Amino acid sequence: MSRIAPPSGLVRPSAIAAAGVEAPPLPASGAGLRPGHGARSLRRCIAPLAAAALIALVPAILPAFYVTLLGYVGMATLVALGLVLLTGISGQTSFGQASFVGLAAYATTVLTKFVDAPPLAGLAAGLVLTGAVAWLLGLVTARLSGHFLALVSVAWGISFFALFGTIPQLHGFSGIGNIPPLRLGPLSAASPRVNLAVIWAAVAIVMAMSASLLDSRLGRAIRTLNGARLMGASVGIDTVRLSRTVFVIAALYAAIAGFLFAHFQRFVSPTPFSLGASIDYLFMVIIGGAGSLWGAPVGAALVVVLRDQFNDWIPRITGQAGDFESLVFALAVIVLLQRAPDGLLALLARFRRRSAPHIEPDAGAPPETPPAAAATPGEELLSLDAISRNFGGLAANRDVSFSVHAAEIVALIGPNGAGKTTLFNVISGVLPPDSGSIRLFGAAAKRLSPRRVAAMGLARTFQHVKLLPGRSVLENVALGAHLSGRAGLLRCMLRLDRAEEARLLSAARTQAERAGLGGMLHVPAGDLPLGQQRVVEIARALCVRPRLLLLDEPAAGLRLPEKQRLAALLRHLRAEGIGVLLVEHDMDFVMQLADRVVVMDFGQKIAEGPPDRVQSDPAVMEAYLGGVA
Amino acid sequence: MDWFVFLALLQDGITTGAIYLLLAIGLLIVFSVTRVIFVPQGDLLAFGTLTVAALQSGRLPGTLWLLDGVSVLALLASLFQGRRAAMRGLLAWGLYPAAVTAAALLLAPRELPAVSILLALAIVTPMGPLIWRFAFRPVAGASVLALLILSMALHFVLIGLGLVFFGPEEASAPPITDASFDLGSLNVSGQTLAVLASCGVLVLGLRWFFGATIHGKALRAAASDRLGARLVGIDAGATGALAFGLASFIAALAGVLIGAITPLSYDAGFDIGLKGFVAAIMGGLVSYPMAAAGAVLVGVLESLSSFWASAYREVIVFTLLIPVLVWLSLRSGSPEDRA
Repeated sequence: MSRIAPPSGLVRPSAIAAAGVEAPPLPASGAGLRPGHGARSLRRCIAPLAAAALIALVPAILPAFYVTLLGYVGMATLVALGLVLLTGISGQTSFGQASFVGLAAYATTVLTKFVDAPPLAGLAAGLVLTGAVAWLLGLVTARLSGHFLALVSVAWGISFFALFGTIPQLHGFSGIGNIPPLRLGPLSAASPRVNLAVIWAAVAIVMAMSASLLDSRLGRAIRTLNGARLMGASVGIDTVRLSRTVFVIAALYAAIAGFLFAHFQRFVSPTPFSLGASIDYLFMVIIGGAGSLWGAPVGAALVVVLRDQFNDWIPRITGQAGDFESLVFALAVIVLLQRAPDGLLALLARFRRRSAPHIEPDAGAPPETPPAAAATPGEELLSLDAISRNFGGLAANRDVSFSVHAAEIVALIGPNGAGKTTLFNVISGVLPPDSGSIRLFGAAAKRLSPRRVAAMGLARTFQHVKLLPGRSVLENVALGAHLSGRAGLLRCMLRLDRAEEARLLSAARTQAERAGLGGMLHVPAGDLPLGQQRVVEIARALCVRPRLLLLDEPAAGLRLPEKQRLAALLRHLRAEGIGVLLVEHDMDFVMQLADRVVVMDFGQKIAEGPPDRVQSDPAVMEAYLGGVA
Repeated sequence: MDWFVFLALLQDGITTGAIYLLLAIGLLIVFSVTRVIFVPQGDLLAFGTLTVAALQSGRLPGTLWLLDGVSVLALLASLFQGRRAAMRGLLAWGLYPAAVTAAALLLAPRELPAVSILLALAIVTPMGPLIWRFAFRPVAGASVLALLILSMALHFVLIGLGLVFFGPEEASAPPITDASFDLGSLNVSGQTLAVLASCGVLVLGLRWFFGATIHGKALRAAASDRLGARLVGIDAGATGALAFGLASFIAALAGVLIGAITPLSYDAGFDIGLKGFVAAIMGGLVSYPMAAAGAVLVGVLESLSSFWASAYREVIVFTLLIPVLVWLSLRSGSPEDRA
């Protein structure tokens, strides 16, 4: 039986002797990074680099023991950075990161020791192998909700650990020693001090790339994975693919750590890649704070140093060798989780004012282009033919047919439970209809998905507001511009997306100002009153550059002047040729605004026509007032 | 492999499968009521085995003092929560541990198997509610992932304590029966039948509990809609304690049963618990019959693969998850937003 081995290896440095100084440290600046356009983004990029440069100077003067300790902190930081992206930002969890470290460590070991390949080939092999394995695992688990991934990761963590221990060519638990040191051409890094500089240079580069990623179009999209996937899909984000991507990124960070580990320790055995080590990485992220990249180095340093100290001190206090250090450590984690669930950094951040958002929209960027294909007035945008949708025995929609044209505002009204929101979800591709057909923008839409619908030019808001509450209004609105951007993962990580990013943010600002949010662009969206949060959703929907806009109770929670402003905005959109379909309970608002009103009751359409005619329709009066007449 | 070996392996597999099933049921109860994935359940199983082993050799187990110590804390805490809570706390965390301790002091030296088993169940079962009270209830509203990480940390606390209490050696529980008989050429041990019978009785008992008692119905209500259950006056703290109590009773029982077949050490519970997870995942963490089928499948597969390729046993069992997950993921359609 494979058991959880006591966490060791990567996080237990004291067992490994450090050698003396042999070569000066390598320069550890973040090569391959380019400064961003704005001064603020530049500063944001420089901070990790400066910190790393400082740390890179340290190896020359440190005692050997601390060289080893810092090396382990650096390698653990790499793994933890991946977990911050995975757990803190995108809301998934993996208990299997140590096995990715192990895959890459064994890959480079086999290549450099047995085949005598250069270490760079080992790095490439480790990245490819780990990335492929993670991609396959992600393929299987990415569609499942968070705790499934977590549990399955426990299983593969144990499986890989067992494999490392049983494949005869890997020498089992006795391990493989004398792994060649890092070398690049004539340069060799046999000294731990040089290795330390290399490790922290890698940390700096990975951290800067992660910061750039979070600060980009894809970074915004990744944040929707954490509990707002439906909203993400509604602005055109491929959430399944993106969550797999994040998972692969986290695995690749672990692979870099594994490569460095093999050549730093120059010995590999299965023990440091056990489930226990994986759990330690997760503890690091939890302790440091999963919500911010800086949580990774803080947590890694604390866990590595505390484990080391516990191992020294607790046997001396208790006078016996036991598993006391694990026990005390685990108790500390429990107390921390209860008292500071967002990590130590978040605890400290309470004393500090939130920094202003780092990106400024580029004022000089070209103005937003009008919707891709401006519709001609009267063109049919949406037509429903006999749509039915049941939930068990309940018919939420029965044979509903109507259409929405360009430059038209159609209101969908009806008592609570009439099936309006269900119909919205059917139109926007969230729910498939049981029968009936939908034509969207003139094309028969057989299998709609929220993402495809968004790409076709349909944008929506939600009855229960779906925003990223911790992010600024501007960033929330910019989510709507996701499909207007093209920058991929590498461009985002290398900050080659700055021109496009400025254009997207400029578009977002234009739409936010148009919706009347100009004064609160940098306020966290969750701090706004509910009515204003609905307006943020509308601005986000406008950023999709829709030809058809679906609004679910947009005026709920707004005060009168705000309602009037919203009505003016909708009229303006109508004048531009956009079709609007809205669900609303405020009859004054509906009747003065809508060109046509569709009334539903018990899942069926009971009336349709201009507002004044609908208001005097006997069936409508009966539905709203009961059968008194 | 001949027919006899196959039947013997099948018997082994079904027996361990029954144990995995018990754990899967415990996990499902706790998860559906509290959203906690109860990782330390496997450690409580090992506590069950080791506690009964200690009692059987005439020693008082460390788990007894753990129960007393933590109960005192719970008692003190309940005194500050009004009269009703204080009365209840006095019963649950004052009288009960005192009675169990007295019984253990009096009866442990006699080393009677039946008494040791009952005492072990009485000692380990309250650990679940105590874990709920001190670890999970303060953060009951946290995300599933935060609760899972907390659960993992607790696992380390329990194996740390297990090492202190019981040392690193393996120990066995006394068998419920020594009888065995031959079925054709196959030797069936009485303990195997005892495991299967206990498993059956427990499943039927739980069925009755969930179907016919007010507490069982409250648990079901809390499982299907937490907020709704609270709105109709079902106490979330009490349902959580009950769910954890059921799970720790199940774990202790499983420990007492399996301990007579396989000797266990303090850290052996995690693997067994994990295979309970695998069974529970096969049930999609929602369906009890699916979990039962999964548990037997895991047990039989493990038993067969330990014969063919014992080094890769764990790998084979956990790789089994992959096709199940593919099926689940195809069935689930688009990922839902988590609350």
